[in-house]
Amino acid sequence: MFNIERWQEIFEAIRKNKLRTFLTGLSVASGIFILVILLAIGQGMSNGVSKQFENDATNRISVWTNVTSVQYKGLNPGRIIEMDNRDYDLAVNKNTDKLALKSGVYSRWGQLTTYKKENGSYRVEGVNGDYQFLENETLVAGRYINQGDLNNFEKVAVIGNQIYLDLFQGKKAIGEYIDVAGIKFKVVGIYTDPGGEREETRLFIPLTTAQKVFNAGDKLRSLAFTLQKQDNYEEALAASEAFSAQLETDLKAKHTIAPTDNRAVNVNNTLENTKKFYDLNNMIRWFFWGVGICTIIAGVVGVSNIMLIIVKERTKEIGIRKAIGAQPWSIIGMILHESIFVTAIAGFVGLMFSMLLLQLVGPFIETEYIRNPSVNFSVAITTVVILVVAGAVAGFFPAYRAANIKPIEALRDE
Amino acid sequence: MGKNSLHVLKGIDFTVAEGEMVSIMGSSGSGKSTLLNILGILDEADQGTYTLDGTLIKNLNEKVAARYRNKFLGFIFQSFNLINYKSALDNVSMPLYYQGVKRNIRTEKAMHYLEKVGLADWASHLPSELSGGQKQRVAIARALASDPKVLLADEPTGALDTKTSYEVMELIQGINDEGKTILIVTHEDDIAHMTKRIVNLKDGLIIDDSAVKQVRAKTESYV
Repeated sequence: MFNIERWQEIFEAIRKNKLRTFLTGLSVASGIFILVILLAIGQGMSNGVSKQFENDATNRISVWTNVTSVQYKGLNPGRIIEMDNRDYDLAVNKNTDKLALKSGVYSRWGQLTTYKKENGSYRVEGVNGDYQFLENETLVAGRYINQGDLNNFEKVAVIGNQIYLDLFQGKKAIGEYIDVAGIKFKVVGIYTDPGGEREETRLFIPLTTAQKVFNAGDKLRSLAFTLQKQDNYEEALAASEAFSAQLETDLKAKHTIAPTDNRAVNVNNTLENTKKFYDLNNMIRWFFWGVGICTIIAGVVGVSNIMLIIVKERTKEIGIRKAIGAQPWSIIGMILHESIFVTAIAGFVGLMFSMLLLQLVGPFIETEYIRNPSVNFSVAITTVVILVVAGAVAGFFPAYRAANIKPIEALRDE
Repeated sequence: MGKNSLHVLKGIDFTVAEGEMVSIMGSSGSGKSTLLNILGILDEADQGTYTLDGTLIKNLNEKVAARYRNKFLGFIFQSFNLINYKSALDNVSMPLYYQGVKRNIRTEKAMHYLEKVGLADWASHLPSELSGGQKQRVAIARALASDPKVLLADEPTGALDTKTSYEVMELIQGINDEGKTILIVTHEDDIAHMTKRIVNLKDGLIIDDSAVKQVRAKTESYV
């Protein structure tokens, strides 16, 4: 292996056979390159999907109503169903021991919001203090809505980071007054949401205040709950499904909705979505591993093919070398040595290029579905090693055969 | 040399003494190439014995065969069989590489043999940049490089025109004059008569084995 004469011989063969070396190297390097990029995109998609599902508390149950679609007890379909505080109380009182977080929501879309000369149109949601955690929000400054605000119908607002940037452009916001739909609200907090910009263009005010200023009486747009933590995922899913089903039945009974009507009341259980998320994420992972393995196989076949051709092409040379005194193992060693050297170098070149590309471009890829594509370095190294070993094995058998044919036959090979 | 019995060779019994220059003649299929391959340890006879320089050549494994080839024999082929991506010098130094000779000594020796065949100026050229005659002379230099006991030439002039053939034969005669044993397979009469002894083969048997008066391949005398 560390025979300098052998190395000189190999370097000479490489130098004099540039095209052959280049093609072998190219196939290995591109194989590794494609594989690493693929795995990185897979990881990126996985990251992206994770991000998508981070928006809200993972065990959140949301309830909202719509129009009826089935006639029931003499009532026509197409009735608008609206919830109010009594629906919320019904759900809460019946399940006091099961619920962890709970909030009724009264929201309005596209409310013109003004601060000095800056303005924007944002969604306004009247909520209570639990809603911060139901939405998985983190406060950047100030405080969230509290019970005092609710009791006293305070005109206070918690604004999203994006609204803060739009209206205040980095200046002090806490304690300032903003104008929402013509009414002054005092900014008491700024939050960020893992859901990103879309989720950060909302402002939250106390539910009681919202119902008052929008003349909504005791109406609610939606309800949001989480259940007490369970020991494991299956139990949590079972409890949450039972609660969802019970709540739906209760609401339908109260509003005289046909049990078969699946439009009027919607109970959305994010825990089911969480399962979907895990499944989806696994699917993406398996898919890219599948594609990756196929790419490796294609790479191995490619490298093997080239090795076969190289050995075939060198059969005569092998015959000559044998005739002038080369021993079979020295010939096999020479061919393998050269091929391992070339594939290893090419493999690392491909690896470096793909890693470089990921380093340079990766952090800038932040679309909705692909986020920070990256690859596990040890996985990448392993694939290089696999390809090099495969190339060596693929080269060994024809080399062994060629080294064992009688020199006279090898020489006849034109 | 010993006795061989084979389907191709049915009873070859002859001895070549050191310093002889023998041509083996015969029509195609007479077994002359097979004989040469056996003599060159490129092939093995399934019966009979072959003794080379006092060593019995029998049931050799590839490793030992390769060593004997390297030590005792130098080959000259009809189609030259140079390695086409190596320069003339590197081609000549190849047998020395397999003898484990150090690179600088190898180059020095190879250069010496290239000078001997008159191609010192062409040392760095690739075979594709040389004429047929030059290629064959490089091949001869290579055959000589390992300082073998015997030179085996299979139709060394088969791919060359007459003038070049004579030049090559002149070179080979010169090498023989220095004491090397040389066997040449050929089917050309004039080439055969430039050796000292002609062995005629037919259907695997020696039908004639006689010494001849050597014709010197003086290029000038031909032209």
